Amino acid sequence: MSEESFAYTPGLAASPMTLVTKIRSLPVKGEILVDKGQKVDFDTIIGRSVLEGAPYIVKVSEMLGVEPEEVSRYMTVKPGDRVKKGDIIARYTAFFGLMKREVAAPIDGTIENINELTGHVIVRELPKVVEVTAYIRGIVKDVIPGEAAVIQTPAAYVQGIIGFGGERHGEISLAVSRPDEVLDEKKIDESYAGKIIVGGSFVTYDALVKAQKIGVKGIIVGGANIADIERIIGYKIGVAITGRENMGFTLILTEGFAKLAMSDRVFNILKQNEGREAAINGATQVRAGVIRPEVIIPLEESYIKEEIETKESDKVKIGSIVRVIRYPYFGAIGTVVELPVELHKIETESPVRIVKIRLSDGRIITVPRANIEIISSE
Amino acid sequence: MTLSSEPRFILATDVGSTTTKARFFGKINNEWRFLASGEAPTTVEKPVEDVTKGVRNAVREVEELTGHKILDDSSEELKFIMPYRGGREGIDIYVSTSSAGGGLQMLVAGVVKTITAESAQRAALGAGAIIMDVLSVDDGREPFEKINIVRFLRPDIVLIAGGTDGGDVTHVKEIAEIIAMAKPKPRFGASYKLPIVYAGNKDAREDIKKIFPRDYFDLRIVDNIRPQIEVENVEPARNMILELFMEHVMAHAPGYEKLMKLVSTDIMPTPAAEGLMIRTFAETRKVNVLGVGLGGATTNIYSYFDGRFLRTVSANLGMSYSIGNVLKEAGIENIKRWIPLDLDDDVIRNIIYNKMIRPTTIPMTLTDLIVEHAVAREAIRMGFNHHKYLARELKGVKKERTISDIFEEVREEETYIDMRRIDYIIGTGGLLSRAPRRSQSMMILIDAFQPVGFTYIMQDSVFMIPHLGVLSKLYRDIAIEIFERECLVPLGTVVAGRGSGDIGDKIADITIEYNDGRKESFTLNFGEIKRIDVSQDTEVTVTVSPTKYFDFGAGFGKRISRKIRGGVVGLVFDGRGRPVISLKERDKQINLLKSWFKSMRLYPENFEEMTTQ
Repeated sequence: MSEESFAYTPGLAASPMTLVTKIRSLPVKGEILVDKGQKVDFDTIIGRSVLEGAPYIVKVSEMLGVEPEEVSRYMTVKPGDRVKKGDIIARYTAFFGLMKREVAAPIDGTIENINELTGHVIVRELPKVVEVTAYIRGIVKDVIPGEAAVIQTPAAYVQGIIGFGGERHGEISLAVSRPDEVLDEKKIDESYAGKIIVGGSFVTYDALVKAQKIGVKGIIVGGANIADIERIIGYKIGVAITGRENMGFTLILTEGFAKLAMSDRVFNILKQNEGREAAINGATQVRAGVIRPEVIIPLEESYIKEEIETKESDKVKIGSIVRVIRYPYFGAIGTVVELPVELHKIETESPVRIVKIRLSDGRIITVPRANIEIISSE
Repeated sequence: MTLSSEPRFILATDVGSTTTKARFFGKINNEWRFLASGEAPTTVEKPVEDVTKGVRNAVREVEELTGHKILDDSSEELKFIMPYRGGREGIDIYVSTSSAGGGLQMLVAGVVKTITAESAQRAALGAGAIIMDVLSVDDGREPFEKINIVRFLRPDIVLIAGGTDGGDVTHVKEIAEIIAMAKPKPRFGASYKLPIVYAGNKDAREDIKKIFPRDYFDLRIVDNIRPQIEVENVEPARNMILELFMEHVMAHAPGYEKLMKLVSTDIMPTPAAEGLMIRTFAETRKVNVLGVGLGGATTNIYSYFDGRFLRTVSANLGMSYSIGNVLKEAGIENIKRWIPLDLDDDVIRNIIYNKMIRPTTIPMTLTDLIVEHAVAREAIRMGFNHHKYLARELKGVKKERTISDIFEEVREEETYIDMRRIDYIIGTGGLLSRAPRRSQSMMILIDAFQPVGFTYIMQDSVFMIPHLGVLSKLYRDIAIEIFERECLVPLGTVVAGRGSGDIGDKIADITIEYNDGRKESFTLNFGEIKRIDVSQDTEVTVTVSPTKYFDFGAGFGKRISRKIRGGVVGLVFDGRGRPVISLKERDKQINLLKSWFKSMRLYPENFEEMTTQ
């Protein structure tokens, strides 16, 4: 039975060479500006669309003191007219002009609708043009006319556990020599401007401030204090839906909050690609449609078939290489030696399903199955 | 599907936002028993995107543990062996609840915030929804602000109320117009028409139809939720929401169409099923009950008080996905007041936020456990405040409040829930059910709800209240039988007084009389907890003579006597006052907490050494 019993443990992807495909969609239908087969760079505009402005309701009948169905009589503009903020759009006069009420446009926009049911007039903001970039360097694999372009490239690919800040690109540059080294402000200098810095186990608050000041594009590091990140962002994080933070650079944590050494595997992938340009995105959504932050380093080499590692069907088996993802053994890597079916009591006295892991130093540790991720099931 | 008149084996699943939980029940020697549980991560997300995979994994665990064959392995798609074939093979009934993918998310709107918008909230909450926002004409936001908010929400269903029948139609049309103009996008794809439930002034129906064009909206019209100012009629709106939940929301979630074919009755939103079971229990026993479902993403609070049932959900207070938000809303000081350890604030914060980003991990050290338990108290406390905000008498005119007020203490006189008259508190949810010691969940519930007088505390043994709730739609008696005998763990009675004083001051003389004639008397001092071992089967008479500064249910200084039972934890005499005393000096607070934890035998004797390693 123990052979069959398993724990589903999703792991984060970390691959030195894989095929990355990105669907770059327009927010609403628009125009795609690239062709299938075309080479694109990080900043290439692949398409643009026009976003409808927000509508403003002007309560004309109330403001003029007339019935809703009478509003049209007093309008000085008609649907489709462009107006500027402050332009008079409705006017009511009585007693030969002695009594006058006027309504001004609240924004620059277009008169969209005069509603005789409610007596309201809708003024819509002017449309905004939104451009979408390729985000990664690669080839346009496919085009969905008016909607999206599919970009593909062989790349080194790493997922983080949480990130802050959106899409950026820059040259990968190591500021530490080991994955367990702390990235402090002394390790950051002007030469990192515009680059993506790789740190080790922890980034200090002062280092974050300095990075911001110098103008780095991104930081990839094992851990940080949540309070430090919140200080930089300027507000408190409630739920793990991130990516829109506006701090001038993108921060990706590969392990979590606290001082946590970056996994060797991830560190080595980043090290091997030092000097190459990478696309990064801190967008994270832990709930409903999990999104993790990512580092994509496009490679020139011809593609070697290796799928991005999605661990969905992996089962923990005797012999699986796993990594512990919760204190007190956070980051420990070892081989599964036992998967007992029955429940075991851990330090908290909770009876849980556990896994026994042999570490490289020969020690055998017992951890809840929920607290591991699979590195390899081979 | 035909129902068996005498089922033998029943399988129930709850497809939660994090975990899919299977519960297996059987009739053994003429009594209904809970036989086994199985759990597996929910597979609603990419790359799997098929909930039936998670259900299969959870049921597979039940099979492993019981040796009872449930899955039909001849089929590639999830299929159960139905009906029961004798021996250890097959089931008669399969039911399920779901809160996967964030549950049922709704936008509600009304004309007046404290009248129709409040009624609309109660209707949506009763149907198991998470409320994304509440719009009303008087919510203090400009129309363009409302439009901007609505534009970027992706609700599953919108509920619009407003106006009494025969009354003014202008305002309800105005609020409808705002929603129509903003065109909120549904969560599931462009081909999906956004369902709108209109439960406002019936005279505005024709105009409402014009405001919501058919090519974009799926408008459903039901009876007015407030036909008259003093009448609230939430049932038609609630039933329509549940119908739309099945028709639209469930049908669009990955894999649900397969699951819907397998169930013996409609899949219910988890909180709606949980509420149904608590309500059924309260009605059957004719008691006042408070319940809490402390989940990973949300905290649901249920009350049944003097025949009135109410459910509320705090969408962003939970123990995994939303745990960071509990800290954010409560503040670090409120969390720390329940932690008797000298931990750096950053350490506490990091423990909490690491749980948020790895929501399926479980605490392995006592420090982590104690921190999570502290957060749980605050999540329930704030959820209960939110609940009390809606547990108010129907009124035409009320004091203005903003939505941020819901996290502040609600004054007692504003809610109809009288803590002195609550008979039972029932706790459920992963953290409570999995608490290693029952005294921990009892203490969390006492600290969070702070009951007054004599209150019996129970908890879900293994998370199964939603499972039984959905089952009660088919077999009420079986559900009640399992609920009372197998599901609820009797923790014990808490006896507590309202009032405040100085540490060490006497607050009451207490006498316990046992059935065998034994008598035990003691003094309860301010700031202390006394726990006495009394089992569930033992009934004792407790007499409390409080000082004039304390009220144990009969009034300040008034003597009160009650027959009460114990439980697996026993009787808890809580002399910490209401609200529970909290000292400003950290050292003193830590010592106070330690004394409470010791009285309750909350953690291992040597927990201090274990947590300083």
